[in-house]
Amino acid sequence: MKFTLRIWRQKSREAPGKFVTYQVDGITPDMSFLEMLDVLNEELLARGEDPVAFEHDCREGICGSCGFLINGLAHGGRRGTTVCQLSMRFFKDGETLTLEPWRARAFPVVRDLIVDRSAFDRIIQAGGFISAPVGSAPDANAILVPKDIADTAFEAAACIGCGACVAACPNASAMLFTAAKLVHLNVLPQGQPQRYQRTLNMVAAMEAEGFGSCTNHGECAAVCPKEIPLEFIGRMNRDLRRAIFRRRFERWRDATQ
Amino acid sequence: MKTSRVSSANPLVMLWNSVIGKKIVMAVTGAVLVLFVIAHMLGNLKVYGGQQTMNAYARFLREMGWPILGHEEGLWAVRIILLVCVVLHVTAATQLTRLSWQARPQEYHEWKGLASTFASRTMRWGGVLLLVFIVFHILHMTFGVVGFSPGQFKHLAVYQNVVAGFSVWPVSLFYIVAMVALGLHLDHGIWSAIQTLGFNSGRNEHVLKLVSRAIAVIVVLGFISVPVSVMVGWVR
Amino acid sequence: MLDARIPSGPLEQKWEKCRFEMQLVSPANRRKYTIIVVGAGLAGASAAATLGQQGYRVHCFSYHDTPRRAHSIAAQGGINAAKNYRNDGDSVYRLFYDTIKGGDFRSREANVYRLAELSLNIIDQCVAQGVPFAREYGGLLDTRSFGGVQVQRTFYARGQTGQQLLLGAYQALQEQIAAGTVTMHTRTEMLDLVLIGGRVRGIITRDLLTGAIDAHVADAVVLATGGYSNVFYLSTNAKASNCTAIWRAYRRGALFANPCFTQIHPTCIPQSSEHQSKLTLMSESLRNDGRVWVPKKKGDTRPPNDIPEDERDYFLERRYPRFGNLVPRDLASRAAKEVCDEGRGVGPQGRGVYLDFADAIKRMGVEEVREKYGNIFDMYEKITGEDAYKVPMRIYPAPHYTMGGLWVDYHLMSNLPGLFVAGEANFSDHGANRLGASALMQGLADGYFILPATIPNYLATNSLEPVSVSHPAFSQAKAEVAERLQKLLKIRGRRSPDSFHRELGKLMWDKCGMTRSAQSLREALARLPELRQEFWENLALVGTGEELNQSLEKANRVSDFLELAELMCIDALHREESCGCHFRIESQTPDEEAKRDDERFCYVAAWEWKGPDRAPELHKEPLTFEYVHLTQRSYK
Repeated sequence: MKFTLRIWRQKSREAPGKFVTYQVDGITPDMSFLEMLDVLNEELLARGEDPVAFEHDCREGICGSCGFLINGLAHGGRRGTTVCQLSMRFFKDGETLTLEPWRARAFPVVRDLIVDRSAFDRIIQAGGFISAPVGSAPDANAILVPKDIADTAFEAAACIGCGACVAACPNASAMLFTAAKLVHLNVLPQGQPQRYQRTLNMVAAMEAEGFGSCTNHGECAAVCPKEIPLEFIGRMNRDLRRAIFRRRFERWRDATQ
Repeated sequence: MKTSRVSSANPLVMLWNSVIGKKIVMAVTGAVLVLFVIAHMLGNLKVYGGQQTMNAYARFLREMGWPILGHEEGLWAVRIILLVCVVLHVTAATQLTRLSWQARPQEYHEWKGLASTFASRTMRWGGVLLLVFIVFHILHMTFGVVGFSPGQFKHLAVYQNVVAGFSVWPVSLFYIVAMVALGLHLDHGIWSAIQTLGFNSGRNEHVLKLVSRAIAVIVVLGFISVPVSVMVGWVR
Repeated sequence: MLDARIPSGPLEQKWEKCRFEMQLVSPANRRKYTIIVVGAGLAGASAAATLGQQGYRVHCFSYHDTPRRAHSIAAQGGINAAKNYRNDGDSVYRLFYDTIKGGDFRSREANVYRLAELSLNIIDQCVAQGVPFAREYGGLLDTRSFGGVQVQRTFYARGQTGQQLLLGAYQALQEQIAAGTVTMHTRTEMLDLVLIGGRVRGIITRDLLTGAIDAHVADAVVLATGGYSNVFYLSTNAKASNCTAIWRAYRRGALFANPCFTQIHPTCIPQSSEHQSKLTLMSESLRNDGRVWVPKKKGDTRPPNDIPEDERDYFLERRYPRFGNLVPRDLASRAAKEVCDEGRGVGPQGRGVYLDFADAIKRMGVEEVREKYGNIFDMYEKITGEDAYKVPMRIYPAPHYTMGGLWVDYHLMSNLPGLFVAGEANFSDHGANRLGASALMQGLADGYFILPATIPNYLATNSLEPVSVSHPAFSQAKAEVAERLQKLLKIRGRRSPDSFHRELGKLMWDKCGMTRSAQSLREALARLPELRQEFWENLALVGTGEELNQSLEKANRVSDFLELAELMCIDALHREESCGCHFRIESQTPDEEAKRDDERFCYVAAWEWKGPDRAPELHKEPLTFEYVHLTQRSYK
């Protein structure tokens, strides 16, 4: 198979970027998308040109490193699939493929197709955890978790932090990412003590990073490689609403007691 | 976990200061406006009951809540609530839109949607169109200062005003276009409000979207039927 | 003579005794100590978070953009714990025994017993953190069985247990970063270890974005940098997984133990083409319900579903009737290789065996199979385009885990004072073969429980002089690191780092892979210096060292793999026995199983670097078995 690749090349965060067109030949249908880029990079290296920088690691769709837009679709737009799991048999021989990095103010381009996603770490730092210092845990079966709750928590916790939700969102909003972590921790019995403070803190951190606001298009959930549902954003909103009015209620209750 | 990050004495201020809070404000005010629009549309259908029914309805609106409320007090209460809702809805929308534009300083050279709809993508400019329409509509049908030849508009003679107003085809055309925009706004807006408020359980997502669309279609058809009827001469 | 510092006394009391005898650091003094943790996978993140909770000043380094990307995230199957929630005869002692036996009697009794004991606490800790383990309808934790054991002691979170455990540790780490106890250095790769006065006092790193070479001072350094399966190029490891940190430590004097003990995982998706960049593992738990078979006839090309039952050879069930498809990984892998060598392999390249779920689907129904393995079936379909609910999967063994690693004592400290090694990077607990669902257990035992107890003891019992980055040892190490990188950049040859890596991988897989012989190893040892020389003469790189340069990073790692490979072959050649994953064809039982030689090789082989182009020196740590009888492993 043969492809024409239009790839966003940008040397550094400050440098201006532009599309550069490359041809690759000898691609087989069983190769993955990143293996196709490996072939291109080998050729570039042989020609003494800079290989295309792209982030990748596990190449089995779980580490969340890889990701860029292919023809305007995050991760190529196939259901539940990361770029590294995309097989070239999904593309037509001779096709032109446009590769563009995630674009968002909170995700500045580092080089070529690599962006800085450390904003996600800072959102987690604000409250995406259950405080359980080592040594303090009760027996594992002392905490009963109904199966449906455990399943919901797992579904939310499956997020790999790749950033496709932000990339695909017309508003560059990070609500699906934030909601996934909040739902994971907020539905579990272990997560209850910190539930509302966690919600307030993580939402505030998300806003401080400069992500946009959700308008419920559903693009995030459509490209999410782990198929995290849009519904979770609603759950996050509900918890935020409760968190805000609950504080009021508690202050009133404390004052009247 | 630190507790100092988010603090404000008043929860309403807190709500307003948060991006999600503003969305919640938009959802709640939007819901009020949707209820108003539905009621308005049903009221408009009284035009098919003839001149007396329609004009009696107009007088009833002014005596709502009598004898507990005085003349037009109920109506003014509703008007104030609606005005507050519109102001909050539009302000929040403007601020959130600016935020979202800032969130992606460099646009994609190529971007494709998988889940968004024409309705969801036209919320913002459609909303602006609706705002322009509302101003026009109030000046037109409430105050009679535009769209009528001098002396044609008569206060409380709603039926005559409707017939006279919609006999001018550019006015009707604008009205119909605005109603289509309203339909698109409702199609995404109703579902979106329900989602924002957290009533989407995933399983019912499909049903919610369907209900949202059904309401939008019914409201639009109801509204549009009036100018169409006037223009083809069913209502004269 | 190596002193493993194993406490005296009965097996069950060793860790308790050790903990009591260790010195403590008072809470107010803890912030005066700086601890460097290199690597932020399960072992690294859990160690950094826990030491941070205790109040130490921790600096954690990762070459990823965020600690959540570490390759622990890809572990699928589960984590063992001797909870005996099933009441099926499990106990700490049984987990200990299974692990020793599974490791083919090449691990330390004391370490393994401690691991089994701590397995109980690990599950408690992870549940408290909110790890969403699979649950029964009553709300209790669910467990399943896993290769090499007859009890159901494996806790799991669908096929993503590693991800969920790593995220638990990652979240704990992020909490400590927010609290200010841990400073995270992302996109920063460790390139050297610095010793002052015989103690490890810091590391040299390269900032992967700017290329800046920096020195970092510490009172103790933890290496939790994972394994070196990527020496085979094609493995189940992530692309960036490398041996550089431990190899550079080895070159500074840390002993490398049992480097030839590398595990080949039986259930991976077979290689499909030359361009393949990695092999994808599918959880071993598949063997619980899938049946492994090949056609009885050679070169049978009929579609699997057309091959009648009596023309199929369920070779694992035939050879190992008692454990069947659940035999340990080394046996399952080798059996698959043998049937493929006989010409009975399936798939386009003939290097594959079937893993069939037809019976399981008949027994449990499609829905239950989907519930248990859905995500693995989906992954398989994405890669191969085949629906495993309808046709059997094709699997083949692939390099997966390295039991070998830096030598550590009972305290997880290497022979270099102040250098601790955790997780897959050390050699400690799995002997010559690791049982399924034990890697996560070991990483977390090291990070959450062992290091946070033994590092304070080291700090409290040694008076450490203050040092600064201006010490000549640091500037010299920095200069050496910079020089090596410059040397790589200046070659300007014609072969890419990947092409060298591919050649190295193929060589190691053929000569030092699933089976080894004196001849194959000698051939590898003859070829490796040539390949290394060609690398240093003909490597192609572009760009500079002062920017993000992924080819330079790769080349630098390959340069270390080229050296490590030689040590692996030396170790494999010297160990003239078969044990666990190390199968020397000269040493087999009459029925072609691995034959150990306990007379001559019941020891840990710890190698010491003696300089480039000089043979490493072998140190032996004898293994004594007081509680378990050395027997020939049998899973028949």
